[in-house]
Amino acid sequence: MSNDPTALTAASSAALVESGDLDASDLFEAWRGRAELDTFGALSWIAEAGDSPEQVDGPLGGVPLAVKDLFCTEGVPSQSGSKILEGYKPPYTASVVAALAKSGAPLLCKTHQDEFAMGSSNENCAFGPVLNPWDKSRVPGGSSGGSAVAVAAGLAPWALGTDTGGSIRQPAALCGIVGLKPTYGSVSRYGMIAFASSLDQAGPLTQDVTDAALLFSQMTARDPRDATSVGHQESIHLPDRKDLTGVRLGVPEELSGEGIEPGVRATFEETLERARELGAEVVPCPLPHAPHALSAYYLIAPAECSSNLARFDGVRYGQRVDPGDGLDAMYSATRAAGFGPEVRRRIMLGTYALSSGYYDAYYGRAQRVRTLIQRDFDEAFANCDAIVTPTSPSVAFPLGSRTADPLSMYLSDFCTVPMSLAGIPAISIPNGMSEGLPTGFQIAGPAFAENSILGIAHALESSIQFDRSGARV
Amino acid sequence: MTDWEAVIGLEIHVQLATQTKMFCSCSPVFGDEPNTHTCPVCLGLPGALPVANAQAVHLGLMIGLALGCSLASQSVFHRKNYFYADSPKGYQISQFDQPLCGPGNLAGVRIHRVHLEDDAAKLIHASESGRIAGADSSTVDFNRAGTPLAEIVTEPDLHSAAQAREWLALLRTTLRTLGVSDVSMDEGSLRCDANISLRRVGDQTLGTKTELKNMNSFRFVERGIEAEIIRQRELLDSGQTVTQETLHFDPRSGSLTTLRSKEEAHDYRYFPEPDLLPVEVTEAMIASARDALPELPIERAARYVSELQIDDVLAERLAGDAELAEFFDAVVEAADKSIEARVLATWVSDDAAGRAGEDGLLASKLEPAALAELVALVDDGSITTAAGRTVLDQLFEVGGSPTAIVSDQGLGKVDGGDELEAAVDAAIAAEPEAAEKVRAGEQKALGPLVGVVMKHTSGRADGGEVRKLLLERLGS
Repeated sequence: MSNDPTALTAASSAALVESGDLDASDLFEAWRGRAELDTFGALSWIAEAGDSPEQVDGPLGGVPLAVKDLFCTEGVPSQSGSKILEGYKPPYTASVVAALAKSGAPLLCKTHQDEFAMGSSNENCAFGPVLNPWDKSRVPGGSSGGSAVAVAAGLAPWALGTDTGGSIRQPAALCGIVGLKPTYGSVSRYGMIAFASSLDQAGPLTQDVTDAALLFSQMTARDPRDATSVGHQESIHLPDRKDLTGVRLGVPEELSGEGIEPGVRATFEETLERARELGAEVVPCPLPHAPHALSAYYLIAPAECSSNLARFDGVRYGQRVDPGDGLDAMYSATRAAGFGPEVRRRIMLGTYALSSGYYDAYYGRAQRVRTLIQRDFDEAFANCDAIVTPTSPSVAFPLGSRTADPLSMYLSDFCTVPMSLAGIPAISIPNGMSEGLPTGFQIAGPAFAENSILGIAHALESSIQFDRSGARV
Repeated sequence: MTDWEAVIGLEIHVQLATQTKMFCSCSPVFGDEPNTHTCPVCLGLPGALPVANAQAVHLGLMIGLALGCSLASQSVFHRKNYFYADSPKGYQISQFDQPLCGPGNLAGVRIHRVHLEDDAAKLIHASESGRIAGADSSTVDFNRAGTPLAEIVTEPDLHSAAQAREWLALLRTTLRTLGVSDVSMDEGSLRCDANISLRRVGDQTLGTKTELKNMNSFRFVERGIEAEIIRQRELLDSGQTVTQETLHFDPRSGSLTTLRSKEEAHDYRYFPEPDLLPVEVTEAMIASARDALPELPIERAARYVSELQIDDVLAERLAGDAELAEFFDAVVEAADKSIEARVLATWVSDDAAGRAGEDGLLASKLEPAALAELVALVDDGSITTAAGRTVLDQLFEVGGSPTAIVSDQGLGKVDGGDELEAAVDAAIAAEPEAAEKVRAGEQKALGPLVGVVMKHTSGRADGGEVRKLLLERLGS
């Protein structure tokens, strides 16, 4: 056994703490040391020496956690990647962060993200871009880019992110780690600084599938503070599946053909072949409305964000810019200085989409498309156990290569957005390399079928044996 | 001159008397130190989420039932987006196309809808008038933010300022009887806006309306509407048109000022609140609201007429004041069944309520049982009506037993005998001119003489008897 506990997965470390072979505060300090190695701009805040909890009780064994900036953490900066919340220290902690701390995953560090989770490259972060540890000239994906890099580079054992249209799965894919977007309603959103309320969902970014299952098992719960949270009926167990006998995997041509880079397409085909070798049946599975998902998403999410972001007025918290010319001038100056260009673009798009006279043509129609997409998935799952696609159409792209063209950036979420609109769970696992960079394989299941997709992911992961050491500092 | 008909609809906001705010667990109390009842939810802090208050839904259903509304089986909260200093989230959580309660009717005025929403924070403007105009600065008290409101919207079925005031008073009594709100216009737990337009008598189409905002007393509702009707009539009579706008009535000057014109009207960009699930109104919820309904003022007035043989006007007066009606019911309960209810009603409505004034009967020392006992003493002739009123004065001030007061203070009726005869003689001596006129057959002149006797006996003498004795003495 290695003497360096930070070389282990979170679940392995937790087991050692449980058996008494590892001291939780030593583990915390070791990881604090790792977090200090951040040269990727991934972390926005790191715990002080001695911040480790005195007593660790719970199934997560004291293995500390990296948390995306947008989760409110009492007394710790929670800025959602935005200038307008620079230095903001909330008076309360998000339910899921508090629950994980109670289960034995104390806060190690906070991670940078695209501003208000709007972005797919982490270049929309007000505090600078996050760099991909596989190649520092490339983006890590977004919006949970800081969390993905923290895990990939070994700055943190595991991390919490949020996914609205792909913000956990896409950076996980681009960084060569595992990312799970749970069923909408599995995890409390209370204390998550909202982007698009009907889509936002917290989930784990981890070194492997077992870690994802372990962390998620302590995240899912009904929270009386979140009316949309329901939790899971059955408990989440650690996956042990090694084969895929009797499993039907559906492949939607709409999300795995045109627009997918050849290298990504190649690893996807390899993984399908592995699945067959493991006993799975691979069947075509049409999702006819999926190509419209991105259009619907870019109406619904901006509409909700235009409302969610109205509260940032410089009065009660966050940054204030006051030119001394009255209240309205203060509001304007604060919001102009506080919001970046992508956030401003989406606020304007969303405001427009909800305007009187346009609602039916835009927001209303987008919601109808959303319903059709949900029906596509319902029909698809009548014929298969899980739907598989590449997670991202491309590998990590060079910094700055898509910033001038929002539409090309939006296409990064082409394969992940349909599941978000349907509210169903999906996991991304690393499944190979293309151009020296990791690719991701997405497995989506029916609502609350996390145990099922974690099992499938575990069997594939065991077969793929992805080597993630190339990203570790 | 054209004959114009005023068409008035009301929008009433009622703060619901819940234990906690609409979407968080803060207490919705009035009058505490500013910003002491707040939390991340009602302050609109980043990340906070609303959870709908089940008690507010229950009270909303009670209002719907009391106003004869159809109840939704599913009701949806929407976000009403507007950017203002009193709105910590940048939107109000209200209801849009699926309100909790649909069409209803109260006393011939149709109810359009009743829906739930959260109240804004309270802005306190540092100016002499308390209004924003001329204020150096404004402060925000978030204690009020998130207080549950029911908004009751009527159809335009009212046609005068006085009628609007009268109907609003009935609505207020109904809500007070339900116990769903403090319904204090002073404290802002009942607020009224009015939509007003004029049309030619006989026309079916509505004229251009204006909205009169936030009138905070019954008197101002009536005066404000009256002023706006006059303003519109003058405009129309002189060939001008009414402009659609929102107005404020200043009760001190009696003037109407524009708050915003149609062009400045908000686009609220309503959309379904994604943080809340639709409210599923179950049969059990409706049954529970129905079980909680007390007897309503209209039902009570009808019962007074049919069961107690009280005339319509008196029945409505009693039933129209929840406190008075409860007091009256207690008096009826305590009184001997031989006493007619309408006699008790007159005592409660005229004598007792008349003395109570603004503070109301409950603030006095008068107990319903004591009033019942007092009416019995008058009814069986033990004391005169005048003496009864004297006793009532004391019951009001210090309370106690009417029988004891009568005996302690010797207020029992003077039944003939020496005392009365002496008083009659004294009266004749005191008013010789009147006595002379009576002797001459002028019966009208008896009045001053009777008055003197009554004064001497402190009203304890029976008028008829005094009259008889005087006539005997004066030989006419």
